[in-house]
Amino acid sequence: MTENQNINENLHFAFDFFNIMKNSDVTFAYEGEITHEITKAFSSLAESHIALSNESNSLQKRVFHVMVESLQNISKHSSERINPDSITNGQGIFLVTKNDKEYNITTGNVVFNENIPALKEHIEKINSGNKKILKDLYKEKIKFGKLSQKGGAGLGFIDMVRKTGEQLIYTFLDLNDKKSYFILTSTIFRTK
Amino acid sequence: MRVIKIEGTDDTPQVTFDANPENPFMEISGRSLPEDVVAFYDPILEWLDEYSENPLEKTVLNIKLEYFNTASSKLLLDILLKLEDMHEAGNDVLVRWHFPDDDEDMEEAGEEYEDIVEVPFEQVSYSID
Repeated sequence: MTENQNINENLHFAFDFFNIMKNSDVTFAYEGEITHEITKAFSSLAESHIALSNESNSLQKRVFHVMVESLQNISKHSSERINPDSITNGQGIFLVTKNDKEYNITTGNVVFNENIPALKEHIEKINSGNKKILKDLYKEKIKFGKLSQKGGAGLGFIDMVRKTGEQLIYTFLDLNDKKSYFILTSTIFRTK
Repeated sequence: MRVIKIEGTDDTPQVTFDANPENPFMEISGRSLPEDVVAFYDPILEWLDEYSENPLEKTVLNIKLEYFNTASSKLLLDILLKLEDMHEAGNDVLVRWHFPDDDEDMEEAGEEYEDIVEVPFEQVSYSID
């Protein structure tokens, strides 16, 4: 491919991307490495953006909570890393959508198939719990759980469901016989 | 005893641990989502270990956080468990949990810690302008 063709493709990509964003609820989209600096930058960007749209304080905080935990999930648990020595800079997709009713925070990252059963079981347990069960689960985990080497407390999903009052929506898409793409959405209703 | 004084940043809280008998003050305030939670909170836990060997007549810890992530919540519990040990050893200990008056989640977080640790707890609401 010549250099000109390449640039032409980039221009088309930019325009297609603009159209997709414009015609969807997506207000923010990122694909790449999630570092601590990026987690901080994205969450504060969203915070000021949401603050401007006159949302209540508690809603702003809930969106912020879910964003930070989601970004940290990618950074700690994605199996794809630019620097293989880094234990906390995983790669993934981070999407924020917004409409009249709700905010949706979606993450996507590659996981090893061997880890899927435990991950599914963990999410299903949290999704099936009522408020009381989740509270007890949280207390049990915070009290007896150990912080992982990556600094994870195993509380992220529980916290997301407790803060939003909504179940996690998730799916695993096959990539090959070793890995899958894990997509997770957390919804925060604007009128709650 | 040495004093811990750390300025707050956009991802780490402001921390003061000062056991000067004239004017003691212990507080963790602001935001907590440090890149390395263990490295951030370890010096505080060590300070408390040393302090608990010879504590003041009354120990009051103020927690006035506007946000903390789940990794920090685990370390906050570790701090509160140190105070529980001191309380169980017969010392006068009080945790003052400050929360913005419109923030139910932060109020509830305080109530949950109060349930988990056996230590006198006081909930204090404040308003943000």
